[in-house]
Amino acid sequence: MTDVEAQAQHTGLAHQFQDLEQQQEADALGIWLFLVTEIMFFGGLFASYAIYRWLYFAAFEGGSHILDVRLGATNTMVLLGSSLTMALSVRSAQTGSRRATVAFLIATMVLGGIFLGIKGVEYNQKFVEHVVPGLDWAPEGETLARLAPGGVEHGEMYFIFYFAMTGLHALHMIIGMGLLLWLVVRARKGAFTAHYFAPVEVVGLYWHFVDIVWIFLFPLLYLIGGRY
Amino acid sequence: MSTATLEPQPRVRAPLNYLNADYGWRSWLFTVDHKRIALLYLVSITFFFVIGGSFAVLMRIHLTEPQGALVQPETYNKLFTLHGIVMIFFFLIPSIPAVLGNFLVPLMVGARDLAFPRLNLLSWYIYMVGGMFTLYSAVAGGVDTGWTFYTPYSSTYSNTQVTAVAIGVFITGFSSILTGLNFIVTIHKMRAPGLTWFRMPLFLWSIYATSIIMVLGTPVLAITIFLLALEHLFHVGIFSPALGGDPLLFQHLFWFYSHPAVYIMILPAMGVVSEIIPCFSRKRIFGYKIVAFSSVAIAVLGFLVWGHHMFVTGQSVYAGLIFSMLSFLVAIPSAIKVFNWTATLYKGSISYDAPMLYALGFIGLFTMGGLTGLFLAALATDVHLNGTYFIVAHFHYIMVGGAVMGYLGGIHFWWPKISGRKYPNGWAALAAAIIFIGFNLTFFPQFVLGYLGMPRRYAFYPPEFQVLNVMSSAGATVLGVGYLIPLIYLIWSMRYGPIAEPNPWGATGLEWKTASPPPTENFAEIPVVDEEAYDYAPKPIAQPQEAPGD
Repeated sequence: MTDVEAQAQHTGLAHQFQDLEQQQEADALGIWLFLVTEIMFFGGLFASYAIYRWLYFAAFEGGSHILDVRLGATNTMVLLGSSLTMALSVRSAQTGSRRATVAFLIATMVLGGIFLGIKGVEYNQKFVEHVVPGLDWAPEGETLARLAPGGVEHGEMYFIFYFAMTGLHALHMIIGMGLLLWLVVRARKGAFTAHYFAPVEVVGLYWHFVDIVWIFLFPLLYLIGGRY
Repeated sequence: MSTATLEPQPRVRAPLNYLNADYGWRSWLFTVDHKRIALLYLVSITFFFVIGGSFAVLMRIHLTEPQGALVQPETYNKLFTLHGIVMIFFFLIPSIPAVLGNFLVPLMVGARDLAFPRLNLLSWYIYMVGGMFTLYSAVAGGVDTGWTFYTPYSSTYSNTQVTAVAIGVFITGFSSILTGLNFIVTIHKMRAPGLTWFRMPLFLWSIYATSIIMVLGTPVLAITIFLLALEHLFHVGIFSPALGGDPLLFQHLFWFYSHPAVYIMILPAMGVVSEIIPCFSRKRIFGYKIVAFSSVAIAVLGFLVWGHHMFVTGQSVYAGLIFSMLSFLVAIPSAIKVFNWTATLYKGSISYDAPMLYALGFIGLFTMGGLTGLFLAALATDVHLNGTYFIVAHFHYIMVGGAVMGYLGGIHFWWPKISGRKYPNGWAALAAAIIFIGFNLTFFPQFVLGYLGMPRRYAFYPPEFQVLNVMSSAGATVLGVGYLIPLIYLIWSMRYGPIAEPNPWGATGLEWKTASPPPTENFAEIPVVDEEAYDYAPKPIAQPQEAPGD
């Protein structure tokens, strides 16, 4: 019994599982199911967005043109890059290369941090332009001119969805950053081996999912109405 | 009696099990044992059942007089709202899955625990935090929107504690999601050798179907409540028509979860009945596979019928037609189950122990609840019956007559396994009879009231409805007594009940092949399954069988 326990300690096998293979399969199914719940969660938001965009297209187009598409595009590239480094860190964990795993995890965190920083700049711009529904809603000048054709109150609806969707996405990013930090700490202690790397893989899948959400958010929010 | 023996009784130390393995509050609040977590849920949902029930008591007292006997109309609105919220989100949805499911799923699949034990404990804490927000809202002034939170009652025009209760329901949803996720992974990946999908007890099929609904439906409720909270907190228009929002969108999103949620409540109860009926008929269940698939069919079809809550709201007529047709379709797998249980009884050696009484009660009451549901699925009759007490009676026949009867049947069936003790069968049978009579006396008059046109959610009613309302209130009293009796003798049995053997009912299934109560690790050795489920025939009484070791 003690041999088995010692082995379990070493390999990271939890008591409820018979062997590592069963544990890995359970972990994988667990995270995929969790991502399904996330799809349903964002799905309700996307469905509501779709309905109002269809009802108030002109307002949504005007609202979209207030956003800074260069910052959005930059963020898209940053996030795609972070997915690459995340995939590389999973690969490094699988091959048992501790230093590379840690390095790529940190790179992913840095890119995630850049994304959130740029997002913060964008949010700040919205306050400057007074297009924050509920907190600071007083569009004027050029901003007002862009929103006026579709109705200012419907433009407000666009910005509600802008903040709800990007805000929930940013919240998921922040949670992901916390998970990455936890992985870095564990990886530095040598918790992951070529046989046991499930946590890196699970967090990796989560990170890719958050990326994919942004891949949908960017065209839906920034590229309405074909201004280029 | 006259000659007392002086010899000390040989004190046999009870073998180590999950209950006596450790003591103290830490060993409960920090446990990752699925059986202990099940008991944490049992205590918590009983607490919320009492809270929700007391709101119902106040309502029934109030409605004994046409002009209202007890409270102000505003208070009455808060009573029915909180009764609905507490009973649905904090009792019915967690009831069978979180208590019996938690306890039984690992035992039934022959595993040492659920796939993610710590996540399981986290689910309970999430549930409790959600419950605290809801209790806070009740104490801090209540909510008067109805449990459906329809906008703009709940956003623009709300002056009650909508935010606190919305946060509570939002948080509790994640408990439900994580529990469902845990069950799906456990059933997929942790079945004992030889336990194929079609050898699984039907309870597991029901829990599996329920978990699918929890995982797919609950996140939509979460995002809906999130949007509602945004509208309410920041006074912006998402669902508010004044700002170009669409209140019907809220209803669509809400019912996309909340109709399937009805199946979260009833499917596990059907699973319990599918366990009890074969055991007390000493017969293999009739049509195992079709009963198993009907659970999955209910879960899938249940996602496509939400619009039948909105026939009179301005939804397109064509959408109404399709939703009506799909709602009729759900009746098919439900009826298949009822027919198959009945066919299982046919020529069985039936014994009327307490669990069986609840199961038979379930079949009768669920059939009535289900058939009256068809009245409401039909467009024309729904226009007359919508918003009346007919609806109230219908869903109470499903949720109380169905889900609560199934829950109590399950508790009585597995109580010897859970506690290691037996309860007095006579009291249990008496309580089952009282509950059945009290239930029908409470809710059958409401069918009549609704058909005659008494609207729901009103604090007053015309005097000609008084007789039926007094009948209903009297029935609620009987029902309350019926619920109190099991609470007393089950607690009594934990200390004074006779010790239960591992398999007191002579039932099949892996959970009966380990000790009562089970040891913390469930099985000394992981069992190997080499027989079909419900192997009751042709033996008159199945002998407990030893699992062949390997």
